[in-house]
Amino acid sequence: MSNPVPTSAPASGPAPQITDAEREELRRHGVLITYFEELYNWGRSNSIWPLQFGLACCAIEMIAAATARFDIARFGAEIFRPSPRQADLMIVSGTVTKKMAPQVVRLWNQMPEPKYCIAMGACAISGGPFKQGYNVLKGVDRFIPVDIYIPGCPPRPEALLNGLVELQKKIKAERLTGPGAAEFTQADQPSEFPIPEFGAHDLVPPKNDSVWTPPSPPRKA
Amino acid sequence: METLEQIRGRLLARFPAAKVEMVLNPGVAAEHSLLLEAASGREIALFLRDDPALQLDYCSNATGVDWPAKETVETVKTTVPDPAGGPPKVTEEKIKRVTPGCLEAVYHLYSMALKHGPVVIRLRTANRSDQVMLPSLTPVWRSCDFQEREIYDLFGIVFEGHPDLRRLLMWDEFKDHPMRKDYVDPDDYEWEPTAHAQVLERAKAHFPAAPAAPKPEAPQS
Amino acid sequence: MIGEGSAPAPFGFAPGPSVRAVNDPFHGDLLEVSMGPQHPSTHGVFRMVATLDGETIVKLKPVFGYLHRNHEKIAENTTYLGSMPYTDRLDYLCSMTSNWAYALAVEKLAGQPVPDRAQYVRIIMAELTRIVNHACLVGFLFNDLGTSFTPLLYAFREREKIIDLFESLSGSRMMCNYQRFGGCRVDPSPEWLAAASKLVDNFPRFLDEYEQMLTGNEIMLARTQGIGRLSLTQAINGGITGPVLRASGGGYDVRKVDSYGFYPRFDFRVPIGAHGDTYDRYMMRILEMRESVKILQQAFRDIPSGSIMDPKAKLRGFRPKAGEAYGRTESPKGELGFYLISDGGPNPYRYRVRPPSLINLTLLEDMCLGHTVADSVVILGSIDIVLGEVDR
Repeated sequence: MSNPVPTSAPASGPAPQITDAEREELRRHGVLITYFEELYNWGRSNSIWPLQFGLACCAIEMIAAATARFDIARFGAEIFRPSPRQADLMIVSGTVTKKMAPQVVRLWNQMPEPKYCIAMGACAISGGPFKQGYNVLKGVDRFIPVDIYIPGCPPRPEALLNGLVELQKKIKAERLTGPGAAEFTQADQPSEFPIPEFGAHDLVPPKNDSVWTPPSPPRKA
Repeated sequence: METLEQIRGRLLARFPAAKVEMVLNPGVAAEHSLLLEAASGREIALFLRDDPALQLDYCSNATGVDWPAKETVETVKTTVPDPAGGPPKVTEEKIKRVTPGCLEAVYHLYSMALKHGPVVIRLRTANRSDQVMLPSLTPVWRSCDFQEREIYDLFGIVFEGHPDLRRLLMWDEFKDHPMRKDYVDPDDYEWEPTAHAQVLERAKAHFPAAPAAPKPEAPQS
Repeated sequence: MIGEGSAPAPFGFAPGPSVRAVNDPFHGDLLEVSMGPQHPSTHGVFRMVATLDGETIVKLKPVFGYLHRNHEKIAENTTYLGSMPYTDRLDYLCSMTSNWAYALAVEKLAGQPVPDRAQYVRIIMAELTRIVNHACLVGFLFNDLGTSFTPLLYAFREREKIIDLFESLSGSRMMCNYQRFGGCRVDPSPEWLAAASKLVDNFPRFLDEYEQMLTGNEIMLARTQGIGRLSLTQAINGGITGPVLRASGGGYDVRKVDSYGFYPRFDFRVPIGAHGDTYDRYMMRILEMRESVKILQQAFRDIPSGSIMDPKAKLRGFRPKAGEAYGRTESPKGELGFYLISDGGPNPYRYRVRPPSLINLTLLEDMCLGHTVADSVVILGSIDIVLGEVDR
């Protein structure tokens, strides 16, 4: 989805009756005038609550990002929720194996909208160093939609914080109404995805075609 | 600690009906092992654990190894002297020999009481297809519990007498034994710009018309 | 199903109060709870299926495989050196010791000697890793006890100092990929050694501060003493190694028994516990950290100059002769061993990791029977598992 960065004038609606200088003047007197969308997005992006979901080595860097040196609390995200019902960000940190994949999808389904997913580390993006594995899911984006990809093996805690800041920018740019409105506002977009089953040789189905298509070779023009 | 020959001698004296062979390790480490047979495996293990001179009370490692059937071609040269007095006739005969495959369980035993070791014992199955039973050594050393379950899961050796023989690492509905040399993992082809080794083979299978395919040809590793 | 012999019955040998659960309409049903694989305190994707009678555990079956990344199969298609980065990812908190265990096994297989300086550097790295691991373990254990992150923050502060050193030496905080067959990859500079030495000299002060908060804490004593007892015969038969075995009274430390590396040159003691409960397992880690500081101080004092890598070591085209070897070390979790079978080619024919975390879990059920669910979390925390090693 492409969300244009909002300029000072909204894409839809009448031209504002108030200039920026006047807004600034009022702000100095303690009166804040803003758009509901901006306020809503500001609140959401600065208090993202991640799900406590560390899978493998990247989880240790995620915990390190939450410790005093890197301090994810500055970004409002220090409250890692143990329950998916209370979380709005799932940081998939570590290799997703085929045995674990149904649980990952189940947890994603249990998270309420609006929800976001960060694929942290090479394993979550595409299988990573373990790609040639019979039990390794080659990327969590085969089953759930991913918003931010953080490469690295493992990515430094600063890289995770950078990814979090990018996610905050993405959330701040979301529109709630109008043609470019965010997906969670639209009733026909799925928020729950089918859970794969364990087959005799592989997961059934091995990937979710509505979420992910394999990359195709470049066609010479 | 006694040498492996001495242990073997004592075992043959104590269990005259058992077959105990020495398997020499040609490498630098010179860790030779004893090959036991399935019928007498458990009683020999009990003897090794309880014998006061050995007291091998700690089973450090239980491994499975897959030895697929090997076909060797031997060239036999026979020299037949020529009765007429001329040069002898040399005939070459190619004999094909097939050493049958088997699955093997290797145990490394140490003694915590006497602080010596290792004594390496091996048990081989009759073949790789239907006769894959071996006696479980879990009643002797509890540490083999999970390790034998893993050997069952990944190689397919069925351990008789194991209290809870289920798959350990793969899901229960999984049908294959992945660590075998002839395991083929599910075809999960994804195009990569610099394909090599197995991915290149899969690519050739998926895009059979190689000269016409637009993907760039990567050198085989 | 239980074989004849003098072994204790593998299942149902539960110390403490005997547990008899009655599953009928009068007494009520037994509740089967699946803890994990996503759970705040299971140390990764580990699952325990516990059958409960009220709050008491009647049966506990661990389920593994959620992080099975088929490391052993990948190693069969990779060269010996190519598997070294994968050993980092086995026990991802202690990459230096996993590297060393693998390098030791390959050097045993190929008969490769290691120069003196490299042996000292390896011991320095291993003991620094031991400190990191034990400090983090104590932090995680207290997380399970409910202190909600504070001791872990203190532990991670020290960990950050040490992995900064690792990063300046090997290039990576966690996945160091530092050992090679015949030595180490990078020679530590005198400045690095001085910085590390200064850190180690300040470490006992941190340990004192840590212990002041934690060791005599009455909540901690009430919740860990007498919980999860493991007797010595059970532990030896179950193949338990490392601090868990020593807490039960087993005097088996691979550094002393096998005398690998240059450990015989160092003067250090191995702490042994008396009761085998969770408190003893916690004290083992604290005492081992103090012993590691002693080893490190001796190593910094005695390290010789010289080459860091054997000049005759073959880096390219490394093909050890056909044969097999089993090399083991004392990693912070227990005995980490690598069993390698070579067929003379560049890739190993069979590559097996002997995972201490998996084997230490063999007796989890025995330790948890009769305790409550909350205690089982603490017992699991005190065994010290890392799922990368359990599932490989």
